Amino acid sequence: MKKLILTIGIVAMFFGIAMAGNVTIKGSDTLVRLGQRWAEEYMKKHPETVIQVSGGGSGTGIAALLNGATDICEASRDMKEKEYKKAEELGIKPYRASVALDGIAVFLNEKNPVSELNFAQLKGIYTGAITNWKEVGGSDARIILYGRENNSGTYAFFKAHVMDKEDYSDYTQTLPGTAAVVNAVSKDVNGIGYGGIAWAKGVKYAAVSKDEKDKAVLPAMESVSDGTYPISRELYWFFNGVPTGDLKKLLNWALSEEGQKVAAEIDYVPLSKEQAEKNMVK
Amino acid sequence: MQELKFKPKSKIREFLGEKFITLNAFIALLAILLIFVFIFKEAIPIFTDEEIKQEASLDKMTFKQVYYEGREAKFSWQPNSEVPKYSLYPLFLGTIKAAIVAMLFAVPLGVGAAVYSSEFASRRVRELIKPVIETLAAIPSVVLGFFALIVLATIMQNAFGLVFRLNTFVAGVALGLAVIPIVFTVAEDAMTTVPRSLREAAIALGANPWQVSLTMVLPAALPGIAAGVVLGFGRAIGETMIVLMASGNAAIISASFLDSARTFSATIAAELAEVVFGSAHYSVLFFIGALLFIFTFAVNLSGDMILVKLKERMQGKTK
Repeated sequence: MKKLILTIGIVAMFFGIAMAGNVTIKGSDTLVRLGQRWAEEYMKKHPETVIQVSGGGSGTGIAALLNGATDICEASRDMKEKEYKKAEELGIKPYRASVALDGIAVFLNEKNPVSELNFAQLKGIYTGAITNWKEVGGSDARIILYGRENNSGTYAFFKAHVMDKEDYSDYTQTLPGTAAVVNAVSKDVNGIGYGGIAWAKGVKYAAVSKDEKDKAVLPAMESVSDGTYPISRELYWFFNGVPTGDLKKLLNWALSEEGQKVAAEIDYVPLSKEQAEKNMVK
Repeated sequence: MQELKFKPKSKIREFLGEKFITLNAFIALLAILLIFVFIFKEAIPIFTDEEIKQEASLDKMTFKQVYYEGREAKFSWQPNSEVPKYSLYPLFLGTIKAAIVAMLFAVPLGVGAAVYSSEFASRRVRELIKPVIETLAAIPSVVLGFFALIVLATIMQNAFGLVFRLNTFVAGVALGLAVIPIVFTVAEDAMTTVPRSLREAAIALGANPWQVSLTMVLPAALPGIAAGVVLGFGRAIGETMIVLMASGNAAIISASFLDSARTFSATIAAELAEVVFGSAHYSVLFFIGALLFIFTFAVNLSGDMILVKLKERMQGKTK
C-alpha cells in the first residue's frame, strides 16, 4: 500500500515537472471543445509541446490568468472593467486575440409565414410585449416562446445582446439544450426559439436585422464569419502580455487556415481570412 | 447416527456477522441524516448572510415584490437577471398543479385496476395484469418524460387544439403514469390482505360479489388505499425528469392547467449544475431542496404510518 502511494506520488511529481514547461489552457465551456481539438492537432505536429485544456467557464479562466495559473485563458466574452483593473494591480497585461466566432440563430417553424425579424421585434417578442404573430407580419396566432435554461451562456448572450438585458417573459418555456429547443419549434407552428447555428433540423432560420432599415441576413458560416449576421460574438484567447515562443506558435497555428478548418469541422464559425491574419502575432 | 446439518459455528464469527449487518443498516440511516444536514447547511445563508438576505430573504421569496420602481408588485422567478427575482410562489403553484393532474389521472385508474385485479379478475387475468402494471414502475422516468415530450404532447395538442404544446396537463398525465403503479400496488395489497373471514361472512349473509367488494372489502381496505394515494402524491411532488421534459418549465402564475408550469424539482435539476457556488441563487436552490425533502419525508412517513395501522387492524391487534 505504501509502495503504491509512493509510486503515485513520484508519478504525480514527475508530471508536475513535465507540465511546468508546457502550455495550459483554461476557461470558457463554449470554447473547451475547440481548445481540445486544437491541442490534439497541434500536439500531433509538435510532440515536444504538451498542452493541457480544461473548462470551468470564462470567469474561472480569467481568474486563473490573473493568478498566473494558466498560460492561455479561453473566454466567450471580453474581460470586465473590474477584471482589467485587477489585472493591472497584479501586474498582468492581458493580451486579447479573437480565435473564432459563434453565431446565435433564431428558429421558426417551417410553416410560419414570418421569415424576417429585427432586433426590436425580437426584443418585444421575448420580453412579452409582442404576443401575437400578426404584430410582426404573421398569422393571427399566439407566439409560443422557447428558450434555454437561465444558466446557459446562450441565454445570457441573447439577453445582453438582443434584449438590452431586460428579463425574458415569464411565459418563455425553457428547455435543456439547443436540440430540445429545435425539436419543440419543429413541432410547434407558432413556436420561436434560439440557439447555436449548427443545429437546425426541421426548423427554418429567421433572417435577422439589427435595424428596420437594414437588410435581414440569414445565419450561416459565411454571414457570421464576415460580420453581416448581427447576432454573433467573438470567442477569445487571453494571454499575459504579447505571446512569444510556444504560445505564439500555437496562436498563429490556430489562426492559420489549417487551425480555422479544424474549428469549422466541429461547427464553430471560423474567422474571415483577413481577420485571422490580422490577429496573428508577427 | 446422522450428523447435525447446522453445526454450531464459532461465537465470534456470529457476533461479527451480526454487527456487520447492523452497521449496514445504520449506514443507510446515517446517509439520510447526512444528506439532510448537508442540504440544510447550504440553505442556511438565506437566514444568516446579510448580502444574500438582501437578494433573497424569506419574505422576498414568499410575498409580492416591487422589482422596478413604478411597476406593479409581482411574483417572479428570474434568478439570472439584472435584478434577481426569487419568488417561490410560481414554482409552488407549478408543482401543486402538476401533482393534482397526476393524481386525478392516476388515482381512479390505479384504484380501479386494484379493485378489478383483487376482486373480479380470474386468477389468470390477475397474473397478467399485476406484473404488467408493476412494470410501469420500472420504466425510467426519463423515458416517460421523453415519451411525453415527443409523442404525448403532439397528440394532445392535435386532439384538443392546445395553445401550449408543453403544458401542465401533459406533464401531469405523464407523471400519472409514474404514480399509477404506486397507487395500484399499495391498494391491491391492502385489499388482498382483508381477511377471508370477513368475505366469507358477507357471502354467508347472501351478498353478491359486488356487494362483498363495495360494502365489505373496500371500506376495510380504505386506509390502505389512502396510503397508496399519499405515497403516490409524494412521488408526484418529487419526480423530476418527467416534469423537466414535459411541462415547458415556464414559471408563471396561472390557474389554467393548460399553461406551462415550472416545478421545484425541475428548477433544481435545471439550474444547480452551473450556479455560482455560494451565491444567493445557490442557497435558494438548496432551500428549495430542503423544502422538497421535508415535504416528501412527511408525506411518505404519514403514508407508511397509515399502512402500519392498517396491518394492525387487519390482524385484529387494535380494539
